[in-house]
Amino acid sequence: MEYNFFGPSKVAASLREIANHFDDTIKEGAERVIAKYQALTDATIARFRPRLEGKKVMLFVGGLRPRHVIGAYEDLGMEVVGTGYEFGHNDDYQRTTHYVKDGTLIYDDVTAFEFEKFVEKVQPDLVGSGIKEKYIFQKMGVPFRQMHSWDYSGPYHGYDGFAIFARDMDMAINAPVWRLTKAPW
Amino acid sequence: MSQNAEKVIDHFELFRGPEYTGMLENKKCMFENPVPAEELERVSEWTKSDEYRKINFARAALTINPAKACQPLGAVFAALGFEGTLPFVHGSQGCVAYYRSHFSRHFKEPTSAVSSSMTEDAAVFGGLKNMIDGLANCYTLYKPKMIAVSTTCMAEVIGDDLNAFIKNSKEAGSVPETLDVPFAHTPAFVGSHVTGYDNSLKGIIEHFWDGKAGTAPKLERKPNGKLNFIGGFDGYTVGNMREIKRLFDLMGIEYTILGDNSDVWDTPGDGEFRMYDGGTTLEDAANAVHAKATISMQEFCTEKTLELIENKGQEVVAFNHPVGVEGTDRFLLEVSRLTGKSIPTAITKERGRLVDAIADSSAHIHGKKFALYGDPDLTLGLAAFLLELGAEPTHILSTNGGKAWQEKAEALLASSPFGKNCHVYAGKDLWHMRSLLFTEPVDFLIGNTYGKFLERDTKTPLIRLGFPIFDRHHHHRYPVWGYQGGLNVLVTILDKIFDQMDQTTNDVAKNDYSFDIIR
Repeated sequence: MEYNFFGPSKVAASLREIANHFDDTIKEGAERVIAKYQALTDATIARFRPRLEGKKVMLFVGGLRPRHVIGAYEDLGMEVVGTGYEFGHNDDYQRTTHYVKDGTLIYDDVTAFEFEKFVEKVQPDLVGSGIKEKYIFQKMGVPFRQMHSWDYSGPYHGYDGFAIFARDMDMAINAPVWRLTKAPW
Repeated sequence: MSQNAEKVIDHFELFRGPEYTGMLENKKCMFENPVPAEELERVSEWTKSDEYRKINFARAALTINPAKACQPLGAVFAALGFEGTLPFVHGSQGCVAYYRSHFSRHFKEPTSAVSSSMTEDAAVFGGLKNMIDGLANCYTLYKPKMIAVSTTCMAEVIGDDLNAFIKNSKEAGSVPETLDVPFAHTPAFVGSHVTGYDNSLKGIIEHFWDGKAGTAPKLERKPNGKLNFIGGFDGYTVGNMREIKRLFDLMGIEYTILGDNSDVWDTPGDGEFRMYDGGTTLEDAANAVHAKATISMQEFCTEKTLELIENKGQEVVAFNHPVGVEGTDRFLLEVSRLTGKSIPTAITKERGRLVDAIADSSAHIHGKKFALYGDPDLTLGLAAFLLELGAEPTHILSTNGGKAWQEKAEALLASSPFGKNCHVYAGKDLWHMRSLLFTEPVDFLIGNTYGKFLERDTKTPLIRLGFPIFDRHHHHRYPVWGYQGGLNVLVTILDKIFDQMDQTTNDVAKNDYSFDIIR
């Protein structure tokens, strides 16, 4: 059994799936929780989606996140165009296929060299990876968030966490500093 | 519900909301089998006692929170100081991930290093194949001018022979015969990052001066008037190296920095990632053999390196991370003596400005007690500066400081009336420091970021000076050497003293009779 608590769509789906293993009290409980957080979810999306719609993301993280955070980006109208695992196995990649669109770039244990070339070629609006990658891409002028430590912010899970996730992705992508990368002469 | 889309709160505030505090309390009661609060309090108080201090200091087979890192970290630092050089660590990926993360967290910069990616089979059968393939991949992908090889615990435990492995790799065609591949054995379970720095730097210098592992004639020294300068493992290397160059340029000195990381860890955000930038050129590294003398700013980082250089016929002079007026005086006088160049008025004026600043502020530092910990050279340099300011460096602790360091520190304390009731602790850790802070309290603690837990525990305000500093940004860009550097350290100390003064005098109608505008 694998559940996913990133982004309201996947949180709701996971809650319902878990509740399905139990009786009606739990099923009603799941619906109650989903309903309770609907207003927060709507307000979060209303505030941040217009600022993030259509932005492209490339990920490289550990654990289940290379697939699990995709839904959270999609809830904000963003598109994950590349993702991969450092230590993923076959079943991880099989499960990833259920999350990604056709044509998504998938890389396994990507080297620094490959990752840099992929980003140069694909030109995403945001890269989500770890501390060792953070400063490389920021030097290149690409907005970045650490997706292991949540860049010392977070949590990004659950409904409360989705609001933080949305705020952080917005502050990374729409920071005024990215307009200053090139000198005006 | 605590969360709000208009004013989003993260972990700092979110988990203080009732739904989270309630949940965590519930978890604690139901699943954590907690001891009663009174028992917790009793043991906690006991760990602050003299009795506990005695037990703590009798500890032999356990280190708790050592204030040091391992040799390979220092080896990577030293290797990165050379032009176009990729540090190649013969060992597992996780080790290299640590060095890279550690430096990136301190400098907020990319840190490039590769691993031979040893796994279980390499640990059993030896890592030769990893070395051959690793060097080939490293050279092909990243096109370094030099690959500096060091080791981790795993490679050292199985006894991989770097010299033979590199020869074999070159014979197998993994990298060109002519590529510079210096090496150093840097077992992580001996010494510390300062030892690793020394070994790695020595390996690189030896490579260029002593015939490139038998593939070229040894260089014959033809003495010139130049000066070599070695900074050592230094968290302030970006600011310090630029300050040293500025001072040398003002004096009109011809010099070579052996291991210059200042541009490596300070590349611009201009749209381009520079895997290599700055560093000592390989040509300069080779020609440094001809220099008149070599100065090391950190004796304990360069013990073996200086021995090698001295054996080549150069005069070597080692300092202990000089900070402040007299430390900088001695440094500049030695530079002047070795090069025959006088110290220009511009620098003398800078000295006067630091003296002036100390005179302006010393009343706030005089007689204050400090605890300080860190690398052997850094603690000596800072303790000397504290004595100069009229402060008392009451506890001086260095986990990677040995007997020689202890003697030096004790001699330093004996040289000043302000060192009278101060003590030196070699080879001790931060859990020892905790006992010291509880049983013999001081006014301020000087240390790296890890000191923040001691600050929280003992309520001793922490002044961040050292490595690593993860939780304050950009201080590594400012020097702590030279008179300008002394000024930076002075201001860092003063800022904390004044903040502390304000924080302890700001209760309205209670102690705010001293909450003043002017200090």
